[in-house]
Order: sequence, then C-alpha cells, then structure tokens
Amino acid sequence: MANSDSINDQPKMGPNGKPVRPFVMPDSISGKLNVWKYLILRRFVQISTLVLFFGSAHWAWNYNELPIISGNLSSSMLFGFIPLADPFAVLQILATQQSLLTEVLIGALIVLAFYFIVGGRVWCSWVCPVNLISDLAGKIRKKLNIQNAMQLSRKFRYIMLALTLVLSAITGVAAFEWISPISIFHREIIFGLGSGWAILLGIFIFDAFILKDGWCGHLCPLGAFYSIVGKFSFLRISFDTPTCTHCVECTKVCPEPQVLDLKLASSKGYISAGECTNCGRCIGVCPENTLQFDLKLWMTQNNQQHLQAEEASRNSNNPTETDLRRKAA
Amino acid sequence: MNSTSLKARRNFLKKVTQNTAIAATGGLVWASLLQKEARATPYAIRPPGALKEDDFNAKCIKCGQCVTSCPYDTLTLANTSDQIPIGTPYFIPRNVPCYMCTDIPCMKACPTGALTPELEKIEDSRMGLAVIDIENCLSWLGLRCEICHRECPVKGTAITVEHHPRKLSDHAMFIPLVHSDACTGCGICEKACPTDEAAIKVVHPKLVQGVVGEHYRLGWKYDSSITQQYEPEALKKDVPVEAESTGLDWLNTGEL
Repeated sequence: MANSDSINDQPKMGPNGKPVRPFVMPDSISGKLNVWKYLILRRFVQISTLVLFFGSAHWAWNYNELPIISGNLSSSMLFGFIPLADPFAVLQILATQQSLLTEVLIGALIVLAFYFIVGGRVWCSWVCPVNLISDLAGKIRKKLNIQNAMQLSRKFRYIMLALTLVLSAITGVAAFEWISPISIFHREIIFGLGSGWAILLGIFIFDAFILKDGWCGHLCPLGAFYSIVGKFSFLRISFDTPTCTHCVECTKVCPEPQVLDLKLASSKGYISAGECTNCGRCIGVCPENTLQFDLKLWMTQNNQQHLQAEEASRNSNNPTETDLRRKAA
Repeated sequence: MNSTSLKARRNFLKKVTQNTAIAATGGLVWASLLQKEARATPYAIRPPGALKEDDFNAKCIKCGQCVTSCPYDTLTLANTSDQIPIGTPYFIPRNVPCYMCTDIPCMKACPTGALTPELEKIEDSRMGLAVIDIENCLSWLGLRCEICHRECPVKGTAITVEHHPRKLSDHAMFIPLVHSDACTGCGICEKACPTDEAAIKVVHPKLVQGVVGEHYRLGWKYDSSITQQYEPEALKKDVPVEAESTGLDWLNTGEL
C-alpha cells in the first residue's frame, strides 16, 4: 500500500523492504491442506456440533446413560450435568423482566467465559450453522463476481443489538430469539423440519446477490453481541509487524476486512477488533506467515519487547526495520 | 465556523436521522411480527407445570430439553409451519398423551423455569381440561362405554360416572362427567376414546370454562352469610365463612 508506485521494472517492495509476494495456492495436496487447515477444522466443528445434538436427541447417544448433549444451541445440558445457555438469549429474557432459574444463568456464564477465552465471534465462524450458508453465498458471489446492490454500515448490527433489547422489554418476549434464523434452523434440524429453510434461503439470496456478508457482517445482533465479548477475549490473530509486506491477501479473504487495519495491528501486535471471527482464513493465505493464532497476553508482551528493542537500537544509532522502511519510502 | 464543517455536521445529522429511521421502521415491523407470533394461538396444550401463556412465552428458551427428556415422546417443538408460537413445546393428546410420570422429567429438564419447579405433584398440573361432546359420546348416547373414566389416571375424581335415568322402564344411562378441580388435562381419555373423532377432548381451559362472578350466592349451600339456613357455628370447622358479603345485600335490608 505505502510503496505501491515504485519503479516499474523492480518488484513492488513492502514497507519492511522486502518484495511483495502474492498468495499462490500450492499445487501439492499437503500445501493445500495447510492453507485450508482452519477451514477444514471449522467445518468439522460446525458439523459435528450439529451431529452431536442430533445423535443425542434421536439415536440416544449417551455417556453413563445420560445424553451427551441434550437441547439445542439456545440452551443445553452437556453430559447430564454441565448446563450451557446462549448468553444473548438469556439477556433477552432478562430484558422482559422475567426471573430465571440459576441453572440457565450458570449455563450462560459458562458459555460467556468460553467465548471470553477463545474469542467472541468464534461462535460465528466455528459453531453457528448459518455460517455454512453465508460462506456458500460468499463463495458463489466471488465466483460470479457479483457487486453489492445496496450499502449498509457494518455498525448497523449494533443498532440491531440495541433494538433487540428494547423490543424485548416492550413486547415481553425475547425479541431476537423469536425470529432468529440461527435458532430456527438449528431447532428444526434437531426437532423436525418446518418452513424454516425459507428464512435461510432468504439469507442466502441476500448475502449472495444483494450485500456481501449481508447477514453475518451487517445485521445479526448475536454477532454484534459476540463482537463486544470478542473485544476483551484472549485468543487472537497475532500480527508479526517486521514480516508484513502489505500485500493485502488477508483482506481479500476476510469476511470482516475492516478488522485488518494493518497500521493498528502493527502497533498492537494483534488484530484487536472484536468483529474478527477468528476464522483463520487470513492465516492460510498469508505468504509471509505474519498472522498466527496466539494468546493476547503473550502477544502484548512480545510486542512490547519488539518496541523496546527498536527503541534501544534507535538509541545506539543502528538502523532498525522501521528506519529501513522510512528510508525505502 | 466555515462551510465545510457546517456541511460535515449536516451530513452527520442526516446520517444519524437516517439510521434512526431505519431502526424505527425495522423495529415496528419486528414488533408486529413478535405480536403476531407470540399471541396468535394462545391455546396450545403445554407440558406439565407450564406458566400462564404470556409468562411461558417469555421464559421458554426453546431448547427442547423437555422434549428429549420425555420418555413417551409426547412433546414436540412448534416449528415454523405450526400454528403454535414458534419453538415452544406442546403436545397433541390424541397422538400421544401425557402419561403423567410421577417424577415429572420434562419439568426437571427445563433450565429456565418456564415449566415451574413449584409443581410438586403431577396431579396438580393443569395442562388443559377434558371436555365431553355429549352429542357423540357413546355413554351419553345410551351405550355402555365409560372408557375415559376407566383410563383416567386420576380415576374417580377427574372423571366420575353418574347414573342418569333415561325413560321409564328403560335401563339407566351411565354418563361420564369431568371435574375441572381434578382434571390435569393429560389427554389419556382423549387418546382412549373409541369414537372416530374423540368425543372427549382436552382443550385449553380458557376456551370452555366460564367464570361465575363473585356477586352470585348459592342460597341452598351453607357457605354464604345471606342464606336463610345460615349456620356458621356448625360449619366453621370445614368451610371458611366470608367476613363480609360483597353481594347485593341491600335487597334484604328493608330499605327499599
């Protein structure tokens, strides 16, 4: 980005003084698998979550004669004694001024703590079944090169989040839970199909032909809720500043490209926006291995060491990477 | 203030107004959807211990743990095609009734309390109320049936069989009667009814039950201070005597 108009014959140089290399899909199967590593893992987690719920409900999959996981993604019981609950659904019910049993409150706290550790929107890209639909829509959109038919701010989801809680308080029912395509889809897979697929078709058409990442990236209030959780969570995509050539291959594959603010990332040492879904797409395509999963605490520490080293070398008049970059510019 | 910053401010205000407008329009549509969905058919037959409809709809998290915990597969979750509020549990007694497990596993599985843990005995649950269609009930037609009475799990209390004279010199009829103070609405009678379409059906009490109102006095019962045979001393031990009658007492005060 910074040095995009350098001399024609020479290869483009990144801000770190290294040539910009585009991402090339490797020919070997093992190379491909390495790129798709997290994609494959995500699909495995998404589908096995569905299968586990379904198997416990219909094929009596059990552990010590207790169902492995009974219920659905709104609320469930793991191994017959660990309650789990969707914290956003619980929040909506509380907004209707209903009191709840401790069981579901504990469940919501357990789930909240889990996403607090692994990243808020890990829910979105690793668990939520609607992700399968929106990813498919995204793929088709890319293949057919479809342009957006409308514009909407990605911040609109926070309006949806506020609206959900206000409407819950006014109407006396959990406002998003009652129309949530996620809950409806998941419930109907486990407890019998109705016409919920029509809503999914709607999301697919909206995402594929009207607005890129329309549902997951602009509207879903649950995603907005987990974005707020994700702001504070520990597992992050670390950003190794010295290796990045600003080739922006990562932003091409990212479903939330606004989180890949490279300037902010290099100052923080990691992708700090809560809207990052920790899907790991960027890790696979990064030709320089700049992006990796890491824990926030370590990254902050590493980054501080990096900054300190830079400071020290500046004092001793040795050229640093940043100085080299400035010189190149 | 120069013109560019004025313009920027105007654009900002415009954007805020537009977003508020989108939120308000969307919110209104959304709210009407919720009203339609949650209030459309308030007469579903719910699992035992279900709170009254509005509270139940608010508290139920639609997880289906009651459904999976039911050993008889009685319960289903309403899907988008059903006429019942979406995602909430209900059952159709003619298909599978509630067999009234004494440990009430569905209520215990409920994580939110939409099926209230205050229900201690399954006999105290009120899932619905059995109602007899006396035009098509075999017993009421004069045949000997009384299957509902014999199948009833709160036998002898919820459904009793009464003698009913028919005509002189004919056999008496044995007719089943449902008593709402004991009927749990489990629907075993409806499942057992041998007619093509059940002549005894479990429905939401609100659909059939009337309310007498407080101003009526049953003068022939010893429970009211305005009956002529009022014997409060003799009855004090079983029947609570009303301290003050709210009825039309002034009719008897002689002021007319």
